[in-house]
Amino acid sequence: MAEKNTLGESLRRHGVSRRGFLKFCTATASLMALPPTMVPAIAEALEKAKRPSVIWLSFQECTGCTESLTRSHSPSVESLIFDHISLDYHHTLQAAAGEAAEAAREAAMHENKGKYILVVDGSIPLGDPGYSTIAGISNLEMLKETAKDAAAIVAVGTCAAFGGLPQANPNPTGAVSVSDIIKDKPIINVSGCPPIPTVITGVLAHFLTFGSIPDLDQYNRPKVFYGQSIHDRCYRRPFYDKGKFAETFDDEGAKAGWCLYKLGCKGPMTYNACATAKWNQGTSWPVESGHGCLGCSEPRFWDAGGFYNALSVPISDNSQTVAFAAAAGLALGAAAAGLNYKNKDEATKAHGTVTIDDLEKSS
Amino acid sequence: MNEPMDFLIWTRSTAFDVAVTIFVIGVILRLFEIISLGRKQNLAEAKGTEFGPGMRTIFSRSVPDLGTFRRQPLTVVTGYMFHIGLFISLIMFVPHIELFRATFGFGWPGLPTPIVDAAAVLALIGLLAGLWHRIMNPVMQKITTFEDWLVWTLTFLPILTGYLAYHRMVDPYPLILGLHVLSVEALMIAFPFTKLMHTFTVFLSRWYNGAMNGRRGVES
Amino acid sequence: MSEATLERGINALKEQIDAPVAAFFSSCVSCGMCAEACLFYTETGDPKYTPIYKLEPLRRVWESEYTLIGKIKKALGLHKPVTDEMLEEWQELLYDSCTMCARCSMICPVGNDIAYMVRKTREGMVASGNAPEGVKGASMRAVTIGSPMGVKLSALEAQIKHIEADTGLKIPMDAEGADYLVLLSSMEIMNFPEYLEGLAKIFKQAGISWTLCSTAFEATNSGIQIGSTDIARILVQRIVDGAERLKVKNVISPECGHAYTAIRWDGPNLIGRPFTFRVLHILELLDELRAAGKIKTKDLETDCYTFHDPCSLARKGGVIEGPRRLMNMVTTNFAEMKDHGKMNWCCGGGGGVSSNEDAEELRIKVFKKKKDQIEETGADVLVTACANCRLVIEEGLEEYKVELPVIGLSELIADHLVVDEAQAEEKG
Repeated sequence: MAEKNTLGESLRRHGVSRRGFLKFCTATASLMALPPTMVPAIAEALEKAKRPSVIWLSFQECTGCTESLTRSHSPSVESLIFDHISLDYHHTLQAAAGEAAEAAREAAMHENKGKYILVVDGSIPLGDPGYSTIAGISNLEMLKETAKDAAAIVAVGTCAAFGGLPQANPNPTGAVSVSDIIKDKPIINVSGCPPIPTVITGVLAHFLTFGSIPDLDQYNRPKVFYGQSIHDRCYRRPFYDKGKFAETFDDEGAKAGWCLYKLGCKGPMTYNACATAKWNQGTSWPVESGHGCLGCSEPRFWDAGGFYNALSVPISDNSQTVAFAAAAGLALGAAAAGLNYKNKDEATKAHGTVTIDDLEKSS
Repeated sequence: MNEPMDFLIWTRSTAFDVAVTIFVIGVILRLFEIISLGRKQNLAEAKGTEFGPGMRTIFSRSVPDLGTFRRQPLTVVTGYMFHIGLFISLIMFVPHIELFRATFGFGWPGLPTPIVDAAAVLALIGLLAGLWHRIMNPVMQKITTFEDWLVWTLTFLPILTGYLAYHRMVDPYPLILGLHVLSVEALMIAFPFTKLMHTFTVFLSRWYNGAMNGRRGVES
Repeated sequence: MSEATLERGINALKEQIDAPVAAFFSSCVSCGMCAEACLFYTETGDPKYTPIYKLEPLRRVWESEYTLIGKIKKALGLHKPVTDEMLEEWQELLYDSCTMCARCSMICPVGNDIAYMVRKTREGMVASGNAPEGVKGASMRAVTIGSPMGVKLSALEAQIKHIEADTGLKIPMDAEGADYLVLLSSMEIMNFPEYLEGLAKIFKQAGISWTLCSTAFEATNSGIQIGSTDIARILVQRIVDGAERLKVKNVISPECGHAYTAIRWDGPNLIGRPFTFRVLHILELLDELRAAGKIKTKDLETDCYTFHDPCSLARKGGVIEGPRRLMNMVTTNFAEMKDHGKMNWCCGGGGGVSSNEDAEELRIKVFKKKKDQIEETGADVLVTACANCRLVIEEGLEEYKVELPVIGLSELIADHLVVDEAQAEEKG
C-alpha cells in the first residue's frame, strides 16, 4: 500500500544519511544528463515526493526484466528507488497469491486512481487470450483495465515495448506491444532484453522528480538513455574506423579487442546506454566482453538477421537467391537469345538485294 | 511505431530478394541478348590478332586521348572522380565486402572508413559536377534522354544515402540504412534495362573495338 | 521500278545489327566525348553532329527489335518508331557530316566503334532510298560505267600512251602471271597521272613484275561509301575476277583510302571467301621494297614536309609507321602534325562526302581543322597517300587561300629514286 510519508522520510528511516541521499541525487542527475545545478532541485523534489504506487504486470515474458532489476548491485540507485516505491502488485515478487494478489491490485488501482504508475513487462497475445492469462483474466483485459486509471505506463523490456521475442516471426500468439493497445496514456518504453536496471530506475526517478515523463525518442524511449547508438559510444569504434576487425571470436583481432562488426555486432542500428551504463555493477557490457551487440533494444531485433551475420548481410539467404536467379537468367537468356537469333535470321532472309535501280524511293 | 525497423527488415529481406532476382536475371538475359546477335566470321587476312588487342583496349580506353581531354576535360575529370569514388566506396567498404562474402563465400580486406568516406564525397562531387555539365553542355543536352536523368538519380541516391547513413545524419539509423538499401535495390532493378548495363558491356564493347582494330593492325 | 521502301530500310538495319552493335548501344552513357573527336562538331559547334546522335535510327531499331525493354515499350506504344521523315532528316547526319573517319571510334571511353555503326546504318539509308543524290550518282556510274567519275578504259589507255611516250617506261596491261596487279582510282587516272608514271619508274628499278588489268583497273568502291553491301560486292567482284584471270599473287591498292578498306578488309567478306591473292596498299609495298633494299632515294629535300594520314589507311588500316619511314626517304625535314597517325584529323572528304554535292559547303567549313593542323606544322609541302584526300585538301587550301603544294608520297619516292644503283653508290 502506498504510504503517506515522503520518500525522504522513508530513506532516512532506512538509515540513509543526508550525504548519501545527495550522492544519490547527483547520480540521478548525471544519469539523466542533467547539469549539476539541478541536484538541489532533484533533492528537494525527491525529498518531498510521496511514495508512488506501482503496479507491475507481467505478460508474455521470461522474467528476465525482473531478474535484471533484482540482480542490481547494492547499495544502488536502483535498490534505493525500489525500496521506496510502493510496489503494490508484482506477481513474481509479491508474497500474496491468488485472490489476495488480485485484490491488492484492485485496491491499489482504486486508492491511487489516476496517480499510480503501471509497469508492464512482456507482450500481449491477441491471437488467443488463452495463451496467457492471470487469475483467469486475459492479458489484454488486465492491461486495459489497469491502464485506464494509470498516470503513466512504463513498458519495461523489448517484449512490452515492441513485442519482443513472442512477436518474432511467425508470432504464433499474435503478440503485440503495450503501445499497440493503449493509445490514450503516456507510455515510456524502456526497451532491452533485458533493459539496463539503471535505466528503469532512472525513468522512475525522473517521474518522481519532475512529475512528468522524460523526453522521448520516436519509439517513446527516454532520449537520455537511448539518444545515441551503441556504435557511437562504443570504445571499439576507433577500430571500426581504422578498418580493424575481428574475423572470428578467437583470432588475434578478437584478442586485441578489435571491432566486432564482421561477427554480427548490431551496434550501428542499436540505441541503448550499455556502452556507458554497463552491466553487473558497471563491470562490463557485451561488446567489452567480446561479443557483438544483438540489438536487443530495437523493435523486431529477433527478425533483423542472424546474430552472427554482419548488419550489411541480407536477412534472407542471398547466395540462394543469386543461384536461383542465375539459373532462371540462363533459361530466360537462352529464350531471349533464341528470339533474337530468329528475328535476325528472318531479317536476313527478307533481304532484298539492292541494285542501282533501287536507290530512289519507290512510289 | 515500429516502421523504420520494419522498413529496414523489409529492405534487407523481401525487397532485396526481389531486386537481386531481377538484377541477376536481367543482366544474364541482356548479355544473352547481346551476344546472341553474333559477329560474322571475318574472311579478310588479318594484320594483327584480336584477343590481345581487345584485352589491351579494355584497359587503354580508361586513359583519354590528350587532345580530346583538353577539349572536354570536365567530362573526363568528373567521370574519373565518380567512378573511382564509387568503386572505392562500393568494394572497399567493409560492410559491403561482408555482403559479398555472405553471397559468394569470399571477401577481401577493406579500407579504413575515412578513406571510404572521402571516396564517397569524391563520387558525390563528381556526380553533381557531371550533372551540372550535362545541363550546361550543348552536346550533352542534345543526346541526353529521360533515361540519363533516371540513371543519374538512381546512381546518386545510394551514394548520398550511404553517406548520410555512415555519418548518422538521419535519425533513426534504421530509417536511413533502409533508404540506402532501398535506393540500391532501385538501382539494381533498373540496372539491366538501362545504360547502367555499361558496367558489364563496357568490357564487351571495348574488347570488340580493340579486337576489330587489332585485326587491322591498329592499336585502339 | 525501285524497291526502296522504309520497310526494306528497317529490315536492312535489323540485318546489320550484330553483337558489337548491341554491346556498343548498351554501353553508351551519353557522355558526348565523340563530338569532341569529330571535325563536323568541333568546326561548327552544332551538337546535332555528335557522332552517336547520328546513329539514332539504328539504335531505335536495335532497341525495339533486340531488347526486352524495347519490345515492352513497343507493346505499350512508348517506342518511337523510325519513320521515313526521320531518315530523310538523318541523311545530312549520316552522309553530309560523316566521313566514317572513325576518329570518334578511337576516343569513345566505352569503346564504341561509331564509324562501324555509321557504315551499317547507311545500309538502311540505301535500302530505304535515303542516300544523297551525289553518292547515288557515283554508285550508278561505278556499276554501269566502271568508275564513279565515269572514267572508261579508253581514258586509261590514253593516259598510258601518254606516259609511255613521255618517259619511255612500259606500262604492262593484262600481263598474265604478273606478281602484282596495280589498281588505280579514277582521280589518279584523270587528275594525277604522275602516280602511274612514278609506279612504273619504281617497279622498273625494283625489278618487279606487274600489270594493269583492263577489266579491273578501278580500285574505288562507291558501294562502300553509299553503304550498300550488294553494290560493293559487284564492284569488288570485278577486281577479284580480274586478279584471278591474270593469276596475280598480289593486288596493289592505290593511293586511295576507302579503296584499301574496300579491297583489303571488306572484299573477302563481300564475296564470301578468302582471296587467293594478297592485298597491299602501295605504301606497304614501297615500305617492303625499302626494307628489302630494292629502292633507294637521293637528293633529299630540305624543306619542311608534313604527312597527312588518310583515315582509311592509318586509323582504319594500320598503315602508320611505313609512310613515316618512306617520308624520311624523301626529306630530311619531316614534321609531324600534332595529331597524327591513328589520331589524325580527317580531310573532311572521305566516306563519300567529296562526291556529295549537298555536303560541299559544310565540307569547306570543317576543312578549317585540317588547314589549321597543316599550318601549325609550318610545313612547306604536304604529302599524303590518298587521291581523294589530296583533291579535298587542294580544294580546301584554295578556299582558305593557303598556298601549299600537295603531293602523293609514291610519286615523291619516284622523284627521288636512285635509278641506277651502281652510280649512286659511286657518288655516295
